[in-house]
Order: sequence, then C-alpha cells, then structure tokens
Amino acid sequence: MLLREGQIRIPSGCAISGIMNRDGEVFSGHDIIRSIALMHDRSNGLGGGFAAYGIYPDYPEHYALHMFFEDDQSREATEVFFNNHFDIEVGGKIPTRKTVKITNAPLIWRYFVLPKENKLVESGLGADEYMARCVMRINSEYPGAFVASSGKNMGAFKGVGYPEEIGEFYKLDTYKGYLWTAHGRFPTNTPGWWGGAHPFTLLDWSIVHNGEISSYDANRRYLEMFGYRCSLQTDTEAITYAFDLLLRKHGLPLHVAVTALAAPFWSALARMDDQQKALVKAVRTVYSSLLINGPFSIILGSRKGFVALNDRLKLRSLVAAEKGAFIYVASEESAIREVCAAPDKVWSVGGGEPVIGLLKGVDQL
Amino acid sequence: MSFHYTTPDFIVDRDERRCTQCQICVRQCANEVHRWHERGRKVVHDDRKCVNCHRCVLTCPADALTIRKFPNEYRANANWTDHYIDSIYKQAATGSVLLSGMGTDKPYPIYWDHLLLNASQVTNPSIDPLREPMELKTFLGRKPDALSINDGKLAEALPPQLELDLPIMFGAMSFGAVSLNTMTSLARAAERMGTYFCTGEGGLHRDLYQYGAHTITQVASGRFGVHPEYLEAGAAIEIKIGQGAKPGIGGHLPGEKVGMDVSLTRMIPEGSDAISPAPHHDIYSIEDLRQLIYSLKEATEYRKPVAVKIAAVHNIAAIASGAARAGADIIVIDGFRGGTGAAPLRTRDSVGIPIELALAAVDQRLRDESIRHQVSLVVAGTIRCSSDVVKAIALGADACYIGTAALIALGCHVCQNCYSGKCNWGIATQRPELTERLDPDVGAGLAANLLKAWAHEIKDMLGGMGINALESLRGNRLMLRGIGLSEKELEILGVKHAGE
Repeated sequence: MLLREGQIRIPSGCAISGIMNRDGEVFSGHDIIRSIALMHDRSNGLGGGFAAYGIYPDYPEHYALHMFFEDDQSREATEVFFNNHFDIEVGGKIPTRKTVKITNAPLIWRYFVLPKENKLVESGLGADEYMARCVMRINSEYPGAFVASSGKNMGAFKGVGYPEEIGEFYKLDTYKGYLWTAHGRFPTNTPGWWGGAHPFTLLDWSIVHNGEISSYDANRRYLEMFGYRCSLQTDTEAITYAFDLLLRKHGLPLHVAVTALAAPFWSALARMDDQQKALVKAVRTVYSSLLINGPFSIILGSRKGFVALNDRLKLRSLVAAEKGAFIYVASEESAIREVCAAPDKVWSVGGGEPVIGLLKGVDQL
Repeated sequence: MSFHYTTPDFIVDRDERRCTQCQICVRQCANEVHRWHERGRKVVHDDRKCVNCHRCVLTCPADALTIRKFPNEYRANANWTDHYIDSIYKQAATGSVLLSGMGTDKPYPIYWDHLLLNASQVTNPSIDPLREPMELKTFLGRKPDALSINDGKLAEALPPQLELDLPIMFGAMSFGAVSLNTMTSLARAAERMGTYFCTGEGGLHRDLYQYGAHTITQVASGRFGVHPEYLEAGAAIEIKIGQGAKPGIGGHLPGEKVGMDVSLTRMIPEGSDAISPAPHHDIYSIEDLRQLIYSLKEATEYRKPVAVKIAAVHNIAAIASGAARAGADIIVIDGFRGGTGAAPLRTRDSVGIPIELALAAVDQRLRDESIRHQVSLVVAGTIRCSSDVVKAIALGADACYIGTAALIALGCHVCQNCYSGKCNWGIATQRPELTERLDPDVGAGLAANLLKAWAHEIKDMLGGMGINALESLRGNRLMLRGIGLSEKELEILGVKHAGE
C-alpha cells in the first residue's frame, strides 16, 4: 500500500496563483479558478486547492474549522473533542457540487467555534495559541480526522483532483473574498489524500507552495523544539510553522521573517549599512535553522494580506502584477494575463525579494 | 646483546646495492635505528628500535630503504593474538602500564563509513558551487530563543560568537605534547582560513599571542599556563573535562619534554612531569562546572564564549544536557577514536563510545529538551576527510575539530609513538634538532591547503544535495542513509536505511 502524507515524505512540484484586492473589496472565486486552470499542465490531478479570505462576514470573529473526516465514526470522536474544547456556534456540511471527476471525497464539514472560556483560562494560553494546539492535537491524535483550515473569516478548500475541478466541486464561484490563493499539485508519489493537498493552513495562515526544499529536516527538527508537530512531513507544513513562529510567536516584523527564510548571501552584506548588517547577521545567526534551502515559490496568505516569496537563488518561477487595487502573483505570467489582460505593471520576482500585498491601513502581515 | 621474548615489530630492509653509505638515515632517525659501523665502514641498523615512521625511507636519496612488518608469526590463535602475547612479555619485563600515542587502532565500527549522502535529481536541482554562492559560514556560541527587534533595529546585542568561515577547527594539542613550530603552523593556518585552533592544556607560548583572534585557550584540570592575560588572549575559552582517547584520566607530559620554553609557558619547573589530575578538583558535580564556567565568564567580562569539552562516554547525552544548562555556550564532544600524545593503551582501546553515536544521541537529547538551538555542538575524534565533516553536520554538529588529520598534513605518519618525544617529523617532540624539521611557513601552507581542499569538497557535496548554506544541512538527517547497520544503530543515529 502506498503511504500517505504524514507517513512518508512526499515531494511535489506545482503551480500557484494569488489575487488580492487591497481595498478589501470582495470578488468571487471565478477568476482564481481560471488563473490556476490555465496552468493545468503544472499539476497532475493529484491535488488542488484554494484559500479564501473575507468569505465569512457573518462570523468574522469565530474560528472557522474546515474538517475532513474519513467516516462518521471519526467525526463523532472528533466532535467529542470539539464539545470539550470549543463553543460551537454552528456546524454542518460544506456544500459541494456532484461532479464527474471528483470521487472518493471524505466527509467535509465546517464548524464556527470559539474556545471554551473555562478551558482557555485553565490553559493559561492566548486564544490563538490555544486553537493552534487544538488543531495540532486533532491532526496528530484523531485518526481519520484532519483540520483543513482553522482561521477567522477564511477557509481552505482542497482535495484530490485538478484545481479547477476542486473549485467547481466546492462551488467557489458562490463565495466572495478579497484574497484568493490557489494551488495545483504535481506530487511525485502519493496515493492522493485530501489532507495532503494545498493550501496548508494554521489559524489565519495559509500557504500554497511550489518546490521541494532541501533543508526540510533541518527546518523540521528546529521547529519541533518550539512545540510544532510536523505530522504531514511536507515542506508546506514546515514553512507555515516557520512563519507562525517568527511572526506570531516571536512577534517579528515581516521583513525579518523574510530575512530568516530567504536570507541574503553573506556577500550581499558588504553593500548594506551597519545597522542593516548587524540585523541580518543576527538573524542568520539565531535563525539559521529556518533558512529555507532549495527551490521554492510560496504565497503566504493571512487576513491582512499576503507575501509571495522565492528562494534566494530564484530556482522557481514567480511573476507579479498590479492593476489598480488588485495585485496578482502566479507561477506564470500567462496565469495573470488570463484574468487581467492589461496590468499596470508586471514583473518577475527576484530571488529572496518578497512581494507584499497588504490591506489598506495595515502595515504588518 | 640482551635476550628478548619478542621479535621486533618491523624489519629495516636496506638494499645494499643502492645504499651509498651517506649516513643521512643515521642523522634523521632520533630512535637511533641506523648507526655508522666504524670498523665495517658501513651503516647498520637495529630493527628493534624502528617505529615505522618512514622518515629514513623518505629522506634516503638512494631509495635504498624499505620498512616491513616483521614476518614471524605465533602459531595461529584467534584468542591469543600477537598483540596480547607481546603485551604480556612487555609488561612482565617492565611492570608498567602500556603506553600509546594517537587514537585507537582497533577495528571498531566507523559509522562514517556506514552513512551515505543524498543528492538532488529532477525534482529539485543540484547547485553548482562553481557558478553559485555556497556558504560555509558558521557561528559558535550561545543563541537566544528569539531575536528582539525594536523599530527595525536589534534591541539587544547577541552573546559573543566565534565566526568560522568553514566548519573545521584545529583541536586541542598542547605545547609540550607538540612543538612550537607545530602550533605556529596551525595558528597561522587558522588565521589564513578564518577559523580557530585550540591551545590544549599547555598554555599559550608568547610568540603565539599575535594569533589570539583565532585562538581558543584551554583550561584543564592541571591549569597549566592559565593566568588572566592568557584567558584574555583568545577568542574563546574551552574547559577540558575529558578527552576521547582517555576519558576519565588527565594529560601526562613526561619531564623529558619540559624544556625551558614549555616550563615558562606552563608555569612549571623545567624537567618536571606535568601530570594533570584526572578530575578538576574544583568540579565534583555539575553545579561545580557551572561555577567554573561563570568564573571564566566573569574573568573575561562575558566577552568570550565558553566551551566545555567532554569525552564521549556512555551517558554522554545527559552530561551534555547538563553542561548546556550549566552555562556552556559550546559543547565539544570527543569520540573514543580521537587522538592523543600519550594514553594508557588499555584505556585508549576500550573506554568511551564512537563519536557518531554520541553526536546523534546528544543532538537528539538537546532537541527533546528544546535547548539544542541555544548551544553549539563541536565534534572531534575522528574526522578523517571532508565527507566525515559533512556527515557530522548532517547528524547535528555545528562544526568539527581535527587533530590527527592536521598533524598528518604537517607530515605525521601515525606511527603512534608521540609519547616518546622522538618524533622524527618534528611534531610531537621538543628536541630542537627535530622541531626545526618543520618550518612553520611550510606547515601553515600545508594545513591551510588541507582546509581549503576540504572546503571545496564540502561545497561540492552540499551543492549536490541542493543546499547552498551549511546551516541547512545541520541536523538534516534526511540527507543521510545507513548502510549495513542494525535497526538499533539506525535508531540511535536517527537515520533511515539505504533504500528506504
């Protein structure tokens, strides 16, 4: 039997795309599906997915848990955990469309929850940390259950199939968000497990990623010292946790996180002023185990916006464009032109140079 | 001629047709193997004194000399081998402890040779070090859990760090055990290559203070040559608790090696044996270690990282964890195959554990305790080549110390007689006529070349794995696979078997 993500490390190549309206105006999933569909040949039908922000205006302060269950038994077992740890505002199946191509779907449910007050106080944790630990516990301790996403006013929609088929299956044309990211997957060895598809998420973070990082085990073993459990054994999971550690737990500004993950070469330090030099040197000294080595292009989404980033050698393609309040990033320029034929500006993103898209009035991710 | 129970170890084979009776071998051999026979008007030799160091062979202008293993064998016996029989004859004759130099020569498993490295194919590109930057820079010292940034600026300076341009340093070899020219060679090579050399426990000769920025000064149980100026002179301080070749016992320097210079540097009387106590007599427990670490930090105003060097013994993981919590900024682990100038043979050959297993266990233990990132891990004993370095880093080390490999670069032929003080290569000796054989300018070039060559090879292997900065290899055990190892060995090393 083929082992799935979490039991074995499965590298994959991919296509990624992202669209954001910086004014926070919402738009349907139509464009992002077209954009990722154009790069059909960059995936192989073994995984596709989307992250959407701003889609749940009715429950903006609730954590939206998107869940995969293998069967009712695992759902019931997990719901016991939910009832013990959360106040559930509403729960139910995520609406899907019957399609020819998508088969073998798990049970897909959605719950809007808040941490149980007494449990939260007992834990002595902040609400986000409490939720993050619950998510990691479910993923590692509840067989048959998988948290697809757990952020506020956002959700991940993913599965086994080509991304455009997944988009149709989840009826993404009926959702409206201000930030969409998408992923088409080309894994080199997987039985096709829904949980293994991208985006990978934690709280508000979502990551779509193209590449195979060569620093994986160094990154993983470092992150595990800070309480993360890399149960999926994927690059995407490790990169998400790296951002979570730096931005949320250590409270570092985005540019410092980017410096850690896609560090400037030592030779580039000669061109920096003393203050910057000292900062980069300190980051590379303290966070050396978080340097992401090998080819990657990623889009990290959050409620406040996104950052798209290439590895420092630029071993993966990544193109960005702007038109008015819209900002686009994708593996190929054609995937942008497909939905925005005449952008104001198009550029190929440099290695280690972040493209940052933030909502108006926000200065950090 | 007196009667011996044993045959010589080696035979000196002199080709009389080639020998010109020039007597260079007579002058070259400090062991007095070769002798001018006045009456016979020819050079003769005494096989029994030969240690097979090749000095005469390589300096003979006529290529007339060959050294061979003495061919006589005892009646075959898998239990009573030559070694054990000969040892008993020696001890019965002398009543003494058997001494030896260098690391153990027994065929214990060498795990480096059972580990294979990965390389990129298709899904992830290999990186070409001839065309792309390839970074080997490494920092040793204590790291905070997190950086604090204020207004885009560092809110707090980092604790002191050693900055290495490549992850290889010259390990502790004391002045006394080795010659000043040897130390000068290594100090200059360290300076040239952007790395460090460790003084060992014999203090720092005045002439070497100029290399202080590339020096790690050692403080061992004998406290030889330790004074405020010495502590200030280096870039870091290393407390030596133990040594891989002889865990549990201190260093021994015979009085014959203690001449004027060694006496001055070590601050001991000329000609006296320098016997380090087995333990530090102010460290009988882990809390005592903490006191010494902080005494040294106080003495140097927290401007230098303090390393603690321990021998790889059975409980190494817990000991290393204790050292980290006691305040060590760098932990040095010396494996039981590590070298020495002099060690009791039985201790050398049977005490301690291999560095590969010790490293894997320590790295994992520190990670389990979530403190691995706070301290640096340096391993020694033995690193023989660049791929050993790469494998050590992948298992979890920050950097390596080399000792024997560095001496071989300077000409050492690993004859294992360092303790005799008669090193014909001018390395493990204090006799002026021998030490002058090693020119420190030449020696520095040789040692620097070795590092340069290894750095090139490390970059090639890193690039092959699709990695362009050494830190991405550190603890990256997925880049390793075991070959011919048991489940238990794989479990301890934390690697999968080849094919998995």
